[in-house]
Amino acid sequence: MSKFKKKKDGGLPAISTASLPDIVFMLLFFFMVATVMRENSLKIQNSLPVANQVEKLDKKNPVSYIYMGKPSSGYEKFGSEARIQLNDQFASLSEVSTFVSSERAALREELIPFLTIALKVDREANMGIVGDVKQELRKVNALKINYTTGVGDVSSNMN
Amino acid sequence: MAKRSAPEVNAGSMADIAFLLLIFFLVTTTIEKDSGINRKLPPMEEIEPPIIKQKNIFTVLLNGKDQLLVEDELMEIEDLRVAAVEFLDNNGDKTCDYCQGKKDPSSSDNPDKAIISLKNERETSYAAYISVQNELVAAYNVLRNRRALEIGPGRGFRDMNFVEMEKNYKDARFVGNKEKLKAVIDQIKLEFPQKLSEVQ
Repeated sequence: MSKFKKKKDGGLPAISTASLPDIVFMLLFFFMVATVMRENSLKIQNSLPVANQVEKLDKKNPVSYIYMGKPSSGYEKFGSEARIQLNDQFASLSEVSTFVSSERAALREELIPFLTIALKVDREANMGIVGDVKQELRKVNALKINYTTGVGDVSSNMN
Repeated sequence: MAKRSAPEVNAGSMADIAFLLLIFFLVTTTIEKDSGINRKLPPMEEIEPPIIKQKNIFTVLLNGKDQLLVEDELMEIEDLRVAAVEFLDNNGDKTCDYCQGKKDPSSSDNPDKAIISLKNERETSYAAYISVQNELVAAYNVLRNRRALEIGPGRGFRDMNFVEMEKNYKDARFVGNKEKLKAVIDQIKLEFPQKLSEVQ
C-alpha cells in the first residue's frame, strides 16, 4: 500500500554549507581588525613622542631601525633602565656598529650612502643612551638619522 | 499538506561578494608610513672647527630636569620658536635682502651664518628633547614658508608654502612642473639653511 510506504531512509541529511562563508568572513574581519603590521617584535616599551614638523620617512631609501626603551613586562630581568634593541633582541652599545655594517652588507652598493637609521625611542628614555648611540653611528659614518615620532602637538609630550 | 523543508539558499554568489570586498580592501588599504624628524650627524673627522663669532651662535641647553636655557636665560618651550625665528631672521650685517629682522648688530649676521647649537645632558628626557627639536625645525619652517609665499607666485606656485612644496615634490600625483618646483625648494633651502648642531 503506497499510502503507508515507509519514508525512504537516505542516510544522513546533507549539512547546509550556506553558513560557511559567514564563518570565513568572521575570521577575515577578525584578522583585519586585529592585525598590526610590524617588522620586529618588541621587547621594550616603545611609545614614541609626538611632533608636528615631521617629514615622511622615504621608503625609497633603505631604512634600518634601532629601538630604545625600558624593557617591557616579562623582560624585567633585563633591568629598568632603557636598553637598545636591534632586530629581535637586546643589544649592547658596541653591537650597534656591527648592526650597521650588517645592514649595509645586505644592500646594493649604490644604496649604501642613502641608508637612514630610524631611531625609535621611547618617550621616557633619557638622552644619555640616545647620545651614546648617535656617537656609535658617527664612528661608523652612518650619519643620516631620523627621530621617528608620532604626529601631534608637542605639549602632550610633557606628561 | 505535508510539511515542506525550507528551500535551499543559493550560496553560489557568496564568492563574488567575498571577492568584491577583498578587492575593495586591497585598493583602499594604505600601509602607514613612519614619520619623524630627519637629522644629519656631523662626521667624526677631527678637523679644526672654524671660528664662529659668539653672536652667530644661538645656544639652547636642555638640562637634566628638562629645563630650557636659551642664550643663558631660562625660557619656556612655547617661546622658543619665536626666539629662534628672531635670531635667524636678524640680518645684523644687512646683506640679507629677504630678511625682516631687527638688524640688531649684537645678534646673528645673516641666516647663512646663524647657527643653532642644541646641547643636552644625559638625564634629559627624550620627549623634551624631541619637543625642542620640533620647535627649532618649526622656526626654520616659519621662515621658509614666508619666503616660499614671497617667491612662489612669481615662479608659478601660488598659495603654496614651503612644507606644501616639499610634500608636493614627493607626491607622485602632483600635476605641475617638478623641476621648477625643485629649483624653488633648493633656492629657499639655500637662503635659510638649516644649521642646527647637536652637541654631546
